[in-house]
Order: sequence, then C-alpha cells, then structure tokens
Amino acid sequence: MKLDEFFVTGDPLIYGADVSIILSMIGVVFVLTKYKKWGWLWKEWLTTVDHKKLGIMYILSAVLMLFRGGVDALLMRAQLTMPETEFLDSTHYNEIFTTHGTIMIIFMAMPFLIGLMNVVVPLQIGARDVAYPFLNAVSFWTFFMGAMLFNISFVIGGSPGAGWTSYVPLAGNELSPGPGQNYYLLGLQVAGIGTLLTGINFLVTILKMRAPGMTLMRMPMFTWSSAITCIIIIFAFPVLTVALALMTLDRIFGTHFFTMVDGGMPMLWANLFWLWGHPEVYIVILPAFGIFSEVISTFSRKNLFGYKAMVYSMVIIAALSFVVWVHHFFTMGADASVNSFFSVTTMAISIPTGVKVFNWLFTMYKGRIKINTAMLWSLAFIPNFVIGGVTGVMLAMAAADYQYHNTYFLVAHFHYVLISGTVFACFSGLYYWYPKLFNHKLNETLGKWSFWLFMIGFNVCFFPMYFLGFAGMPRRVHTYAEGSGWFELNAVASVGGVMMGIGFVILVYNIYYSIRYEPRLTTGDPWDARNLEWATPSPVPYYNFAKIPEVRGLDEFWRMKKEGKKDLDLKKDKLEPIHMPDYSGVPVIMSTFLFISGFGLVFEWIWMGVAGAIGVVITMIMRSFDPDEGYHVEVEEIKEIEEHVRREEA
Amino acid sequence: MRIFKPLVLGSFLLVFLSGCSALPVLDPKGPVGEAQKDLIFWSIALMLFIVAVVFALFTFMVVRYRERPGYETHEPEEMEGNIWLELLWTGVPVIIVVLLAVPTVNTIYQLEEPPSSTKEKEPLVIHATSADWKWFFSYPEQDIETVNYLHIPEDRPILFKLTSADSMAALWIPRLGGQEYNMNGMRTELFLQADEPGVYNGRNANFTGEGFTEQRFKVYAQKPEEFQKWVDKTQEKAPKLTKDKYDHMLLPGHVERQTFSSTHLQYVDHAKNAEYTVNVRERLGYDPEEESSH
Repeated sequence: MKLDEFFVTGDPLIYGADVSIILSMIGVVFVLTKYKKWGWLWKEWLTTVDHKKLGIMYILSAVLMLFRGGVDALLMRAQLTMPETEFLDSTHYNEIFTTHGTIMIIFMAMPFLIGLMNVVVPLQIGARDVAYPFLNAVSFWTFFMGAMLFNISFVIGGSPGAGWTSYVPLAGNELSPGPGQNYYLLGLQVAGIGTLLTGINFLVTILKMRAPGMTLMRMPMFTWSSAITCIIIIFAFPVLTVALALMTLDRIFGTHFFTMVDGGMPMLWANLFWLWGHPEVYIVILPAFGIFSEVISTFSRKNLFGYKAMVYSMVIIAALSFVVWVHHFFTMGADASVNSFFSVTTMAISIPTGVKVFNWLFTMYKGRIKINTAMLWSLAFIPNFVIGGVTGVMLAMAAADYQYHNTYFLVAHFHYVLISGTVFACFSGLYYWYPKLFNHKLNETLGKWSFWLFMIGFNVCFFPMYFLGFAGMPRRVHTYAEGSGWFELNAVASVGGVMMGIGFVILVYNIYYSIRYEPRLTTGDPWDARNLEWATPSPVPYYNFAKIPEVRGLDEFWRMKKEGKKDLDLKKDKLEPIHMPDYSGVPVIMSTFLFISGFGLVFEWIWMGVAGAIGVVITMIMRSFDPDEGYHVEVEEIKEIEEHVRREEA
Repeated sequence: MRIFKPLVLGSFLLVFLSGCSALPVLDPKGPVGEAQKDLIFWSIALMLFIVAVVFALFTFMVVRYRERPGYETHEPEEMEGNIWLELLWTGVPVIIVVLLAVPTVNTIYQLEEPPSSTKEKEPLVIHATSADWKWFFSYPEQDIETVNYLHIPEDRPILFKLTSADSMAALWIPRLGGQEYNMNGMRTELFLQADEPGVYNGRNANFTGEGFTEQRFKVYAQKPEEFQKWVDKTQEKAPKLTKDKYDHMLLPGHVERQTFSSTHLQYVDHAKNAEYTVNVRERLGYDPEEESSH
C-alpha cells in the first residue's frame, strides 16, 4: 500500500482536519509536559477504577463525539440546503452520513448514558463502587479505543460509506472493498465488548450491591431503567458481536456468509443487524426515561406517579423490543402475515410508552414545578417525544410504511425520538448531576439560552422533514434537482441545524464558564432532591459512603430529610474500615493492544492483528496472576475526610 | 413552549396552503397509493387526537403548578398513583391501536392482490431489475426491454417482478404507491396501477452507494391504445439486446435511456442467478478496488 493510499488525500476539509488533529495533539503534549501532569494523568485517570471518574471520562468522550457527529450533521445540512450543490461529492457525503449515524448511536448516545449510569447508579443504591471495578475500567477503555479506531478512518485509509446499517451486498467486499468498511466492523466490535461488559457489570451491581433494606421495588427509577437496559444489552449485544464477526470473516478471510456468490445470504445481515439494532434503540431510550423520572419528580417536589406502572411498562417495552425488528424492512417482501404481526407488536409498544407519558404528566399534578435548565430539558421531552412517538406509530403501519420507508419522514421520526428522548435526557442529566461531581452548578442563564436555541432549532430542523418525506424525498441522496419542490423545506431545516449547533457550543462554553465563575456549593444536596446520591457530600469522597445507609422506603433520602436525620453523625455512628479496589494500568494497556490488533485487521495486515491479540492475551494472563486484594481505608482517614468535607458544607 | 406551538401550527398551515399536490404521497394517482393515503390520513387523525390530549394536559400542568409568586411555600403531597386513571390511559391507547391495526392488516393483505377496481383485467407483468445505478424494465409478453424509463397502460394492474443484479435497491413510484426491495438472488412482487395518464417520477429509494442519487426513472402512463402503439413501434424499430451489450451495462455507472426489442431474461434471471454480475465484471476486467481508490 502506498502512502497516498494510507492517508486520505485530495480534500481540503481533510487537510484541515489533519492540521487540527496534529496541532491539538502537540497542544495536549505541551500542556501536560509544561505543568508536569503526566504522572497525574496516569495515576488519577488512566488507571482509575473509580466509577465516578470513569463516568466523567465516558461523558467527556461522548461530548467530544457529539461534536464530531454534529460537524458531520452540519456538513450534510450545508450540502442539502440548496439544490444541485457541489460542496460534497456523493462518495464524501455517503461517508459523512455513515459516520454521523454510527458515531451518534454507538459513540455518543450510549457512552453518555453509560457515563451517567456510572456516576449515579452506585450512589443511588448506596454502594461504594460497582461489582467489578476493574471490569468497569476495561469497559471504558475498550469503548474509547473502539471510538478512536472508528474516528481515525477519515484521515487514515478512508471512512466507511455504506450507511450505519451497512447493508450487504453493498457493504461487502464485492461492492465496497478497502479499509473503510473494515473500520466500521472493527471499531464497533472493540467498543461492543465494552458495552457487553458494562451490561453484565451493572446488572450484577444492581442485583447484589444494594444497601440493606433497598428491595427491588424501592429502587430509584433511574436505577430500574439501568437494570432493564443491562438485561437488553446482555441479550442484544452478542447478536451484534456475531454479525460483525461474520462480516469481518467475509471481508478479510474470504468466507461467504453474506456474499452474492457461493450462496451467501445478504438478507441474513439485515435480520441480524436489526435483531440487535431495535433493542439498541431501547438501550438508549430506557435510561433516558429513568433520567426524566428523576428530574421531573425532584423538581415537582413529588414522588413519581404510578411507580409500579413505570417499572412494569419498562419491562414490557424491553420484552417487546425483541419482537419488532422486522419493521425496519417491511418492504423486503415478507408474507402479509409476517408484516401484520410485526405491525401490531410495534404499535403495541406505544401502549406502555403512553402509560409512562401520562405518569410523568401526573407526577407534576398538584406539585410545585421548579423550572430550571435541568427541568426544561425534561419538560421539553414530553411534547417533542410525543410527536416522535405518534409518527412512530404511523411508521409501524406496514402498508403505509411502504410509502414512508427510506424517506425523510423516517429521518424526521427517529431524530424526534432520539434527540428529544436521548439527547434531551443526556443534557437534563448533565445539568442535574453535574453538581454532585464538581461541587458547583452549571450556569442557569447560559443553560437557558442553550436550551431554547437547541430545542427550537431542533423543531425547525426536523419538523419540515416529515413533509419532505411526503414530498417524496428519499434519505441518503446527496443532492436534489431544482424544481423537485424540496428546496424550501431543506433550507428551513438547515437554519434549525445551525441553531442546534449554536446551542451546543453555548452548552460547552457553559461548562468552561461554570468551572471558572459559578459559586462553589456548601451542600451535597443543592436541588433538595429525593434519592441517596444526594445524601453524600459534593464532591463525593472516593469511597462514596462513610457508612452504608439503611433503606426503609422509596425516595429514601427525602424520607431521611423529613425525619430530620439529614447527615451522617460522626460521633454517634460507628465507622469501620472501608475495603476499596486498587487502581490498575491493565485495562488501558489491554485496550491499546485491542486497538493495535483492530487497526492491523482494518488494513488486513494479519501479522499486526495477531501481534495485538497476543498483547491482549498477555495482559489477561498478567491480570490473572495479580491477587488484587485492594486496600482498606482506615477509620481515622475516613473521619478526617468526612470532617473536612462537612466543615466546608457547614 | 409558547414559541413552539405557533411554530408547529405555522408549518402545518404553510404546507397545506401550498397544497397536497406538491406532496405526491398524499396526492396519489392510483388505487395502491390511494389505499395507503387513506390509511395515512386515518392515522394522522387519531394521532392528532393523542397529541391534542397530551399537549393540553402538559400545558395545564406546567402553567397551573409551576412555582410562581404566592405558591413558593406550597408543599405538595405525595401521591402513589391512581389505578382508575392508569387503567384509563392504558385502555384508550389499546382502543386506538386496535382502530389502527385493523385497517392496517386489511390493507397489507389487500396490497398483496391486484387492485380490486380492475380485477377482471389480466395484470401486465414487468420485470424491474436494478443494477448499480440503473433500471432495466423487461416486458416478457411483449418481448421488449427499456432502460431507465417505462411505459404502462392506465387502468390496468401492473405486476412488477423485482430483483437486483447487485446491491439492494427499492422500486418506488410515490404517485402510484409504496416501494418494495429489489434483492440480488431473490424475487419480490409489487402491484401498482395508474388511474390516469401522466408522467410520474420513479426512483431507487434504497441506498446503493456512489451513484444512488441519480438512480431514477420516468413512468409514462398511457391510454391502452397508445400503449399498444408504443409496444408495436418498439417491437418493430428497436434493436435487439445482445448479451455483450447487456453485460457491459452491468458495469457500475449510469447509462442513457435505451429501448430494445428483446429482453435480458434470455441471458440471465438475476433472481435465480445471484453470481452473474460478479462473474461478468470479473470477465470484463472491472476491479472494484481500483475504482474505489479514485
């Protein structure tokens, strides 16, 4: 392979990206060296197994990926604003919508939510960490390395361009040879390991690590939603792993699972992909439902209306999510009975979802609604998500779907549910739990500006797309003819896209601004909230709880406050030494080897793939011989830390 | 929220004022599209009802119970839920789903058959084969083949037999009705019909890579006599489609409209022979790797 094939060449946009990547890398190295922060970076972050720090790194990575995916989105809007634009050619456009979709789902939505789960779940159930802290670090680093592997594709070797669904035969070697599609397969494969481990880890954590007295039906709703999400992950992700592995074998080792020749079965890919892909949608929406439940309940100063119905409806949604996948290809010519079955199951999902919407509305009934930025994101979710939901029901009607399928109607629908569901939840959760991590709030004025710009921009951008669908505009076209009647609505959509972009920039600026200027908090409970995560001081000591609380009901912390026993009494309560896990460098090193192995396979350099795999095995063996006994935090040290944080609070 | 609602209503109005004729899906010219349009409008009506209920409740809750002067000290009471209310908002959606599911299932079965309005007429069979990035329409009974356009008689069901020479495409003529996939090595079937003469846009709706955007065709719906005239003329004047000519057209790329007085079905049926295209390209020295690096 020649050097000009290895690096992507010939496009000024790419050269710009090359320069900015090199400059920012030099910048990072310079800052770390100048302030002698290399040791700090390694000891405090790269080797950490602390769920809060891993959560912060997840969220940071997700925001970075939101930026990357957002730039992709704006490039697409720039290309589509006017008819017959030649800003991007079709190949480049195809790569951009492929990476946009893949990054937003796999490397933005999931890690953002998993990041919040990392931060919040152990605190909500009164635990000191997750069940397997080491595994948690492996999860993060495999996700991170998978994301990096996928992202370097646009400067080295070329990006995948067969859509985030990567339907064969288009995505196969016969029609899309070269490294691009391999990046998709290996990036997702490496990151998928992390997700599956997270699913196992958090399910065990929630089942085994709850504080005494916290029965399943006393768990906070976000914890419930996380538990159910984990179950979906455990059942769905192995399907993706297998599907990706089969396509990788096809492309790199010449097998014929999905090929056109020698009896391959391209339809099998579509089935496997959506057998994972539809549950995946619920993996990114159920935790969002959990976040909205927490925020709406807290800021209405009321417990959640119909707690049990909320739990059961999530269970039903999770079960149904596995029996609807065919609705992604009603037009594949399946029997009328098959299409009818999947139409009805899909529509049925709207029933438990509707139950949840009404329960949220009635959580506010006779409450006292405090409207701040966290609450605004949650409130805006309800009407926007309902628009996305009802159009989803319309899409579920197979006979009508023959007209909606592959059009902008579909594009509008899934952006309505994914943005007003998942993205609004991420932002709501970020504003809500941010003070727990950093001991200051995010600025409200900037927050509201960013909210209104983003929320209105979102509607301006995606509402016209429903009509573009009726107007016959298919998705994934890179341009359209003058006189097709699609110009006006596309132009409006682009204005909305720009507004969302500005909203996002303000949100990021708000983080910087708040770190510098927002007043530090004097309490661990700035929102007068209801669940145990707020019983800890902010920022949370690394062992979370000096003494594990005993739980006697739902909304335990609210009850504690009512009974006047707000905080731990250091004099009365007897403290015991706390057992904590050791930090470890193995996860980051092991994941780096996975990256090397994946990178080798992308270019079909088998020697490099094998070398990386050997590295992974060696680090695993090393880990097996590490007794990893952890250490104990002595009572004196706990007292010192607790007195320190509590003196600051008082 | 106050800004949001006029916005939504405004854009509704904007589009409906400009008329449904600009929206082919809502202004179909055949019974298949008509059935789908009816279903769409029925669902929109029911969905608007749901949207209205939720938006009204939402506005009421947020306006009535927000923290406002004189209300700051109000301490809400805890509520467990209400079994009757919860049954209500489970039951009503169930009814709505039934109201949608029945006509949906009916229409799904109905679209498997030729339109009932012309059921006494024998459907015209057209094989529609997609190849990167063009369309072949073969009329086996008339023994003619067209590329990137087709003629159909009005008021007669058309039975499209779909397949693909390579990547998965979807035949879509929005004014006549919904789409169906074309798949290599597979055969799918789609009934469509035009109720009035006219020129309709058709295209591949399913992403097939580089040349996808331009993978379009025109449908000329004609009175039966005129259609027959076109058939006769084509059989008489158009050249035969040779195997060599057809094989070269299977190379990825776009081609001009063409007309032949024989079909490619005598050489290959891609629904039965999935490997044909790959072998032809290899024989003609086409290297996808070479192409993709340009």
